[in-house]
Amino acid sequence: MSRKFKEIIIKNVFFFFALVSIFILGLIVVFLFREGLPIFKVVSVKDFIFGNEWYPTYDPPDFGIWPLIVGSIIVTLFSSLIAVPLGVLSAIYISEIAHPLMKEILKPAIELLAGIPSVVLGFFGMVVLAPWLQETFDLPTGLNIVNVSIILAIMAVPTISSISEDALYSVPREFKEASYALGATRFETIAKVIVPAALSGISTAVILGMARAIGETMVVLMVAGGAAAIPESIFDSVRPMPASIAAEMGEAPFRSDHYHALFATGIVLFFMTLFFNLIADYISTKFKEVGSATL
Amino acid sequence: MFRMMRVLILSLMCLMLGWGAAYTGETIVIKGSTTVLPVAQAAAETYMESHPGVNISLSGGGSGNGIKALIDGSTDIANASRFIKGKEIKLAMEKGVYPVPHRVAIDAIVPIIHPGNPVNDLTIEQMSLIYQGKIKNWKEVGGKDKRIVVVSRDTSSGTYEVWEKKVLHKARVTPRAQLQASNGAIVQVISKNSYAIGYIGLGYLNRSVKTIKVNGIEASVQTALSGTYPIARPLFMFTDGWPKGTVSDFINFVVSPKGQKIVKKEGFVPLY
Repeated sequence: MSRKFKEIIIKNVFFFFALVSIFILGLIVVFLFREGLPIFKVVSVKDFIFGNEWYPTYDPPDFGIWPLIVGSIIVTLFSSLIAVPLGVLSAIYISEIAHPLMKEILKPAIELLAGIPSVVLGFFGMVVLAPWLQETFDLPTGLNIVNVSIILAIMAVPTISSISEDALYSVPREFKEASYALGATRFETIAKVIVPAALSGISTAVILGMARAIGETMVVLMVAGGAAAIPESIFDSVRPMPASIAAEMGEAPFRSDHYHALFATGIVLFFMTLFFNLIADYISTKFKEVGSATL
Repeated sequence: MFRMMRVLILSLMCLMLGWGAAYTGETIVIKGSTTVLPVAQAAAETYMESHPGVNISLSGGGSGNGIKALIDGSTDIANASRFIKGKEIKLAMEKGVYPVPHRVAIDAIVPIIHPGNPVNDLTIEQMSLIYQGKIKNWKEVGGKDKRIVVVSRDTSSGTYEVWEKKVLHKARVTPRAQLQASNGAIVQVISKNSYAIGYIGLGYLNRSVKTIKVNGIEASVQTALSGTYPIARPLFMFTDGWPKGTVSDFINFVVSPKGQKIVKKEGFVPLY
C-alpha cells in the first residue's frame, strides 16, 4: 500500500465522518420543519407568534405563543444581567490578576460548575432557592423570574468565564508590556488594552452563554413556575418555550395540531438560537484582531 | 491488516452472540402514562419474580406517548390514564392496529394545599372558579387573607384532563396558573408554599400536604370505589387486539386479586 493511497483513504474517511454529522444535523432540521409547518394551515404565522392565548387542548384551541416567547426573552435577559458581569470579571481576575496558585484552584472550580447536571440545579432552585425567596420577600411563589434567572446564570457563568479567559489569555504579551512601558497602571492596562483587545472573544463568550440560557429546558421547566401569561413583575412566574415543549410533548396526540404547534415553537426557538450564533460568528470574524492575537 | 480484520470479525460475532442471548427470554414492552407507572412497575417486578423467563421493559412518557407507541408497534402494552381519543382510534385503524382497553385500577384526583392552610372544604364550583382565576383570595373561601397561587398540570396530561372534565367543566384555566410537569413536582411545590393549591393522583399523596374535601366528601379508597367521590377516573392498559400469550398472562395478573393488592399498595383504588 503506497503512502499516497493511505493518505487518500484517511482523507476520505475523515471527509465521510464530517459529512455524516452534517447530514444528520440537516435531517433533524428538515424533520423539525416538516413536523412544525403544518400548524400554519390552522393558524396564521402572525397569530401564532403574537397570539396571547396558549390553550392547545381546548375546543376550539388557541395557539398563541407570545407569552412563551416573552418568557424566554425575559429569562435570558435577566440571567445575562447576572452572568455576564460575574463571568467576565472572574475571567479577568483569573487570567490577569490572580496568583498562579489561585488560578490553579479557581479555573477548574469554575469549569466544574459546568459539569453539574441541569436537573440538579433545577432541584436546588425548586427546593432551596424557591422557599427562601418566598419567605425573604414574602411572595406568593418562589418559582419566578428571579429564581430561574439566578439558576440559569449559574449555568451560563462557566461558559462565559472559560471562553472569555481563553480570549484574554491569547492577547499577546507585547501589548501588556508596551502598556506598562508607557507608564500605565495595572488597572489601565486591563481596562484599556487587554479587555478591548479580547473584546471579540468576550462578546462571543457572552452570546454563547445567552444561547445556553435560552435553550435550557430542565431548569426552566422546574423553576420558572410555568404560567403562560405575560409577567407583570419580576416575581411572576413565566413559561419559556423549552418548558412548554418538554411538558406537553409527551401527551400531545401524534400529528395533532397541538403536536405540530409544539414543533413550530421549536422552529421559533431554533431561529432564536441560530440568530444568537450568527451574531457570535459575525462579531468574532468582524472584530478579529490582526497580527499575533487571534482567537 | 489481516489480523485487524480477524479481531474485528471475532468481536462482531461475540456482539451478535450476546445479542442473541439477551433475546432468549420473552420480552414485554410497556409504555405510557406516568400515573399508571408505579402500578405497572410493582406488578412487573412481582410478575418477573414468579416468571423468571419473562423480561418486562417499562417506561413512562405519558398516555399519549404510550398510545402512540402502541399504534406504531413499538410497545406491547400502552398504559393510559384516560380513554383512547377518536383521533387516535382513527390513526390506529389506518395502521391496522386494534386497541383493546383493559381497566386495571381507579384513580381519584385530590385537591391539595399546604398543611398550614386552614381551609378544609371546597365545592367543585369554588375550585372551578379558583382555577379559572375568578376567586383570587383564600378569604373568599373561608381562609386567610392571602392570594391564591393556582398550580396546575400541563394541559395535555391525563391528570389535567380529568380535572378539566370533572372540575372545570371545560372552562379555561387562568393563564397565571403555574405549570408543573408531574404529580411529584406538584406535591413538592405545594408542601413548600402556603399560598398554593394543586391537585394530584391519590397514589402520590403523602404527609407533607393536606387534602381538601370535595363537596364535603373526603377522598379515600372507599369513597372513590363507591362512586361518591366526584373526581375519579379509571386507569387502562391498552393492547393491540385481544392479548395472547405472555401479554395476556401479565394483564390477567394485574387484574387478579394479587395484582389488585399491588394497586392498593401503590395508593390507587382496586377494582374490587
